[in-house]
Amino acid sequence: MSQETKKKSDYLSHGPDWTFELIQKYDEEIGKIAAEFGLDTYPNQIEVISSEQMMDAYASVGMPLGYHHWSYGKQFLETEQNYKRGRMGLAYEIVINSSPCIAYLMEENNMMMQALVIAHACYGHNSFFKGNYLFRTWTDATAIIDYLVFAKKYIQDCEEKYGIEEVELTIDSCHALMNFGVDRYKRPVPLSLSEEKARQDEREHILQQQVNDLWRTIPIMDHAEVEKKKERIFPSEPQENLLYFLEKNAPLLKPWQREIIRIVRKMAQYFYPQRQTQVMNEGWASFWHYTLMNELYNRGKVDEGFILEFLQSHTNVVFQPSFDASYYSGINPYALGFAIYSDIKRMCENPTDEDREWFPDIVGKPWLEVLDFAMRNFKDESFILQFLSPKVMRDFRFFGVENDSLESYVEIKEIHDDSGFQGLRQRLAQQYNLSYREPNIQVQRVNLYGDRSLILKHTMDSGRPLNDDTVEVVKHFQRLWGFDVRVESWDGDTLVKVYSSELASEL
Amino acid sequence: MSYIIDRRLNGKHKSSVNRQRFLRRYREHIRKAVEEAVNKRSIQDLDRGEQITIPKRDIHEPNFGHGKGGKGSVVHPGNKEFTTGDRVPKPEGGSGQGAGQGNASNQGEGEDDFVFQISQEEFLDFVFENLALPNLVRKDLKEIKEFSLKHAGIVSEGTPSKLNVVRSMRNAYARRMVMSSGSRKKLLEAEEERDAILANTSATPEEKVKLAWLDEQIELLKQKIERTPFLDTYDLRYNHHVKEPRPSSKAVMFCIMDVSGSMTQETKNVAKRFFILLYLFLNRNYEKIDVVFIRHHTSAKEVTEEEFFYSRETGGTIVSSALKLMEKIVKDRYPPDQWNIYAAQASDGDNWDDDSRICRKLMEEELVDLVQYFTYIEITPREHQSLWHAYEQVQANHPKSFAMRHIVEVGDIYPVFRDLFQRRPHESRN
Repeated sequence: MSQETKKKSDYLSHGPDWTFELIQKYDEEIGKIAAEFGLDTYPNQIEVISSEQMMDAYASVGMPLGYHHWSYGKQFLETEQNYKRGRMGLAYEIVINSSPCIAYLMEENNMMMQALVIAHACYGHNSFFKGNYLFRTWTDATAIIDYLVFAKKYIQDCEEKYGIEEVELTIDSCHALMNFGVDRYKRPVPLSLSEEKARQDEREHILQQQVNDLWRTIPIMDHAEVEKKKERIFPSEPQENLLYFLEKNAPLLKPWQREIIRIVRKMAQYFYPQRQTQVMNEGWASFWHYTLMNELYNRGKVDEGFILEFLQSHTNVVFQPSFDASYYSGINPYALGFAIYSDIKRMCENPTDEDREWFPDIVGKPWLEVLDFAMRNFKDESFILQFLSPKVMRDFRFFGVENDSLESYVEIKEIHDDSGFQGLRQRLAQQYNLSYREPNIQVQRVNLYGDRSLILKHTMDSGRPLNDDTVEVVKHFQRLWGFDVRVESWDGDTLVKVYSSELASEL
Repeated sequence: MSYIIDRRLNGKHKSSVNRQRFLRRYREHIRKAVEEAVNKRSIQDLDRGEQITIPKRDIHEPNFGHGKGGKGSVVHPGNKEFTTGDRVPKPEGGSGQGAGQGNASNQGEGEDDFVFQISQEEFLDFVFENLALPNLVRKDLKEIKEFSLKHAGIVSEGTPSKLNVVRSMRNAYARRMVMSSGSRKKLLEAEEERDAILANTSATPEEKVKLAWLDEQIELLKQKIERTPFLDTYDLRYNHHVKEPRPSSKAVMFCIMDVSGSMTQETKNVAKRFFILLYLFLNRNYEKIDVVFIRHHTSAKEVTEEEFFYSRETGGTIVSSALKLMEKIVKDRYPPDQWNIYAAQASDGDNWDDDSRICRKLMEEELVDLVQYFTYIEITPREHQSLWHAYEQVQANHPKSFAMRHIVEVGDIYPVFRDLFQRRPHESRN
């Protein structure tokens, strides 16, 4: 009897209600366990908010502050409508890649959910942000909040000076090209508010000068030089960062418009790693909330009711409906990521013969090290190529389909059997490859000495054409460029289709 | 180390600017929806929000992406009976599951229209957008007999009923602190000294004497502190109010309607909608609105709303009777120097021929000067009769305070209403 009461007093909480003291207690306990597992995190800032505030956070892509734009209003209305009609629950959490790492808890949630979110966001995602190479290379967690403040202020000032309408049009166009405003191979200069401000005036000035140089129309005296210049090809190499190209080279943009392009570009760059690490990031966070919560239970900090309730939530989070279910909407990144990480741990501890054959490097190694390595050095595509095991493929009953628009059937290329694993894994990895998912469009040529028109080259992949938005996006590009723009779709050496702001013409 | 912050008290409408931006951008769509709603809705619920639908294609944000066609490749979970090399016929007319490459996850909602709710406030804003009250005259301040009490700070004299407890107690507390601070300091010193002597076991006789003296001092000081008054007259503070004359914010609206046999229920409904719109409109501009319903056939009578709209009578029509009654009511109950008077008259145009002349005379000589604005709507598909022509002359002579329009069917009400109350560029408002 006395032992039972003693054990009971070890529980961190009883009942579903949360208090700030309890949140703190749980956070300390979970943090302690996480540290024992060697999770390296930014400091945490846990903010308790209401559901309305959560919808606000949603609408501004989770950022604590953003510049004003109608599209965020649209997103807010959409979320609000869906939430009010009960069509969707709000996400349990939003976590921001910043230092300190900001995580939102919703006041409506019970203690178990708050603990789950703390484990998931404050230790799972947080350590991923801090550890993964993409985030380390491409984002600067300490500077983002300051930069957001700067961006918001700048755009607000622009609105005052040049009118909301004008600014909105520019942002619209930038948003249309946002996904094509990232550097893929070059590490961006770290964001810094003070430098950003100091350089801004200077930059405006110099930029304009450069642009003026490019578009100089004063006749050049030396005839020979003119001849030489005529052959100048611009840009000398195709440019894949469309927004960067516009910022630096568009002839008619005003300095503040270039600055807005830059802001949108920086935001795109900031989100670029998140788009490439969905499976890894969510999987990592799910794996750790599962491990940390179970550890809480093993240490007698929470009772059976708590852990059962947790398991139910967890099962919902990592549930993968099969392709023929009515609510199937693609592969659930939580499920796939969780399965892969859990499987790595399993292979380290209880390998089978199959594992020994497929993963000789992993089998028998300490699982914490292998897992840490897997988290740090990959993105979704390479992570799947490297760590997706036959067992996971079997468990998910994956199958690969190829769909040729010319045929009247779709073909099952491989399934979860010995002959299919390799191909299946490649196909799945490709699915997470951004350069497969997004069309390859680059600035090809500018008619420097004529009508200043610009050609974007779309290099087709597997014969896939561009979508119906193309003409609209070309219009946006044209608004920023200021002169005629067209997109040429090339399949190998054949020009398949030309899109211009007027119409799309089939060749 | 984690920081835990309660942000629930922060504003929750962080997105309201973005929401406003959105509404501004889709103004045209919303205005159209509102216009339709006003015409379609039943009268009772005109005063609430509205669901707005915008076609998805109008609201879509374009992006470069892959379209349908070419060779797609995708991996799905949940295989049941497929084996390598199987060929599955595509579903008729669709691109099938195979084409779901790319962002399959957010395609779940399909091509639904974008639907959202605007609040009652926003709804009415759109209904009355760009409308202005004609002749919104602030009643001359000299004639004002109306006052409002306004807060005018805190004063040190007043009646007990206006005592401001918080401020008084705060003052008392501060005064007590100040008045007793010297004594408390001494008390503290004396106590320390006494404690020191008590702690010292080998105390000299002088010190023992001093101890007695100290005890006495301490007692005295304590009494002194005690005697500091808890609440003094200096401390008392009173809320102060001043009377301020204010321009009249009261309006009275006269609804005048013909209920003779020629008015069908349908015609009455059209009229009712017009009255409702006018009422809502005034409601947004004035704090208090009285509504007076006058119905008439050959004689006029002031009635309740229910009677006004739903009881039927037969007989001829003498419009002037209603105008006379209105004038009488104004003189009796609504002195024009205190009330903003608006009137809306609805009729199918029937009148005794002789009477129209009298109406015009009444209008021009009496009513037009009393009211801020008089609107007349004629609901009839037929030709205009004498009343219309008589009023036309009134309008020509008093364009600022008299307006008339012709309505044929329900759909006309809203445009006519807008037309009547349109903000005119030259109209100066004070």
